[in-house]
Amino acid sequence: MSITSIATYTITFLAVYVQVFILITFFERRKDLREQTSDKRLPITHFPSVTIIMPCWNESKTVHGTVESLLALDYPKEKLFITIIDDGSTDNTWEEMQKYQGHPQISLYHTENGGKHVAVNFGIDKATTDLIGCLDADSFVAPHALTDMVRIFNNRPDVMAVAPTLIVHGPKNILQWAQKVEYNMSVYLKKMQAFMNAIHVTPGPFSVFRREVFERIGKFKKAHGTEDQEIAYRMQENHMKIEHCPTAYVYTVTPDTVKKLYTQRLRWIYGFIQNTIDYRRLILNPKYGNFSLFTVPAGVISITATVYLFAAATYNVIVYIAETVTRWSIVGFTNTLPRFEFDWLYINTKALGMVTIVLYSLVLISMIVGSRIAKQKLSWHIISFMLIYSVIAPFWLMRAVWNSITSSQPKWR
Amino acid sequence: MNFFNRYKWSKYLLAFLLTSGIFGGAVFLSSYITERKLQNIRDLQDRVATDILSSETQLDLIKDLSCEDVGNTYLSKEIANLAERITYTEENGTSAADSLELKKQYSILEVKDFVISKQIAERCNNLPVTILYFYTDKNVCPDCVKQGYVLDALRNKYDDVRIYSFDSNLDLTTIKTLKTVYGINDQLPALVIDGVTVNGFKSLAEITAVLPSAITNPAPKTPVTPQN
Repeated sequence: MSITSIATYTITFLAVYVQVFILITFFERRKDLREQTSDKRLPITHFPSVTIIMPCWNESKTVHGTVESLLALDYPKEKLFITIIDDGSTDNTWEEMQKYQGHPQISLYHTENGGKHVAVNFGIDKATTDLIGCLDADSFVAPHALTDMVRIFNNRPDVMAVAPTLIVHGPKNILQWAQKVEYNMSVYLKKMQAFMNAIHVTPGPFSVFRREVFERIGKFKKAHGTEDQEIAYRMQENHMKIEHCPTAYVYTVTPDTVKKLYTQRLRWIYGFIQNTIDYRRLILNPKYGNFSLFTVPAGVISITATVYLFAAATYNVIVYIAETVTRWSIVGFTNTLPRFEFDWLYINTKALGMVTIVLYSLVLISMIVGSRIAKQKLSWHIISFMLIYSVIAPFWLMRAVWNSITSSQPKWR
Repeated sequence: MNFFNRYKWSKYLLAFLLTSGIFGGAVFLSSYITERKLQNIRDLQDRVATDILSSETQLDLIKDLSCEDVGNTYLSKEIANLAERITYTEENGTSAADSLELKKQYSILEVKDFVISKQIAERCNNLPVTILYFYTDKNVCPDCVKQGYVLDALRNKYDDVRIYSFDSNLDLTTIKTLKTVYGINDQLPALVIDGVTVNGFKSLAEITAVLPSAITNPAPKTPVTPQN
């Protein structure tokens, strides 16, 4: 067996292992999952005070809708406060915000542009409530989202933060539909990570923290454009539990062009690599549980597997094209036309091919379960997702690896 | 040990065992199917061997029968099909030992078909041209890959050209004898076109140029008129 074969089998084994591990968690906790995703919600009697911080940078088109969705939350008005911070926008975001001037629940601030985490920290400094949440100004919350999250805080004092279920808002083109499939799949992964106490990111759209978190471990830090991931790493390091609320739906606007998607993902993956390097002391350290033994290594395996398998597939395509061109040049095009005769002997029955089918089946299961958790319909865009992501994802992954090697931080947008 | 440290080693072990099971199952299933494929090839080889035996018998009978009574001994299409199958299984999971055994049997069948068809052609003045092709590993002989493309095209283009390919490195007395008879040395690829040995890569045009015009420009078939 060649070194290439050994590498391919090893990487495929690890990729299947990750999916199998997640599937075991699913079967282990399916009763809990059923309860948590049930539409029957027990009423809550205690409503802690909550501040939702909304940093805005050139969000004039969406800021109104985002604020309205917050005001529509089924949460006592006297307990819910909204802090909107214009982080030095260059469009008319500040003017849009003025519509809420004097609203009893809303505070408006304008700061010099310092980055999202600076604006959020400004809001944290102003907040005096029990819970503090963040919401990106391009996202919209479901009316029951906050109540469902607070129910978790009420019932489980050990939970320090709760992450929402992100759903793609109004997909308009095939790229956004593909992202919708991906987000649904991520809901499954996020929930399974939560069952393992191993969440590695508290998403910008509507993660809610106990105030105590910032008092104990500090506020957001500049962290390679992925501050919401860094704070999750820091919480894991300090043994603070992060939960996921499957029914806290947050609808978020996603990139509508390949270029925007590429830029966003490059930042995310670069951030993951850099944060993982920064917190390398946590990796494979049993002291930090499944977060260090599973989540972070699984992320590294995913990046390695995607890049390696893409490189291998590209190599095979190039070899095939080179052979075809050589054949054409030697005997002419008309003498190389393929014969279309079906013969079962020529069907690939290598073990690796079979394992790959199993791997894709496991990924499909994660899409199906994720869609059910997010109460979204399963669509044929699963195919769009598979096709689009298998072609373009390796590029942002490879670029992120390259940027990490050359210490070149990608831009935000 | 606090809540966060309560991970289960048993779960990691279970995931490992299940993943190993998936791989083990895939390897087992793949081996089973590969064995079925090999059996399919062996069956095909047996059929070809039977056909050759039939040809040998017919050859003996030619002494007593006219050439018109001899059936079509043209097995090279079948043999080419066999070659494609062996090459595919060789590149897709068959063990080296199995591949070698198949190739040896296949080479012997080729030689037998070559000898018989040559004898029938001589006795009955048949048209077919035979080409023996000696090749070796593509890493050592990149021209062999190109020569393979040319011969594939030639086989598809002319029905009356019979091509027999031999792995020059195969440890088989029959091949060694053939190489000695036709003076094949280490300069590969080598072709023996109707008994004439040529070394080195030959293009489609070069080979076509030495083929009889009856093959490259066959006369249109005339309808048979019944005799009164």
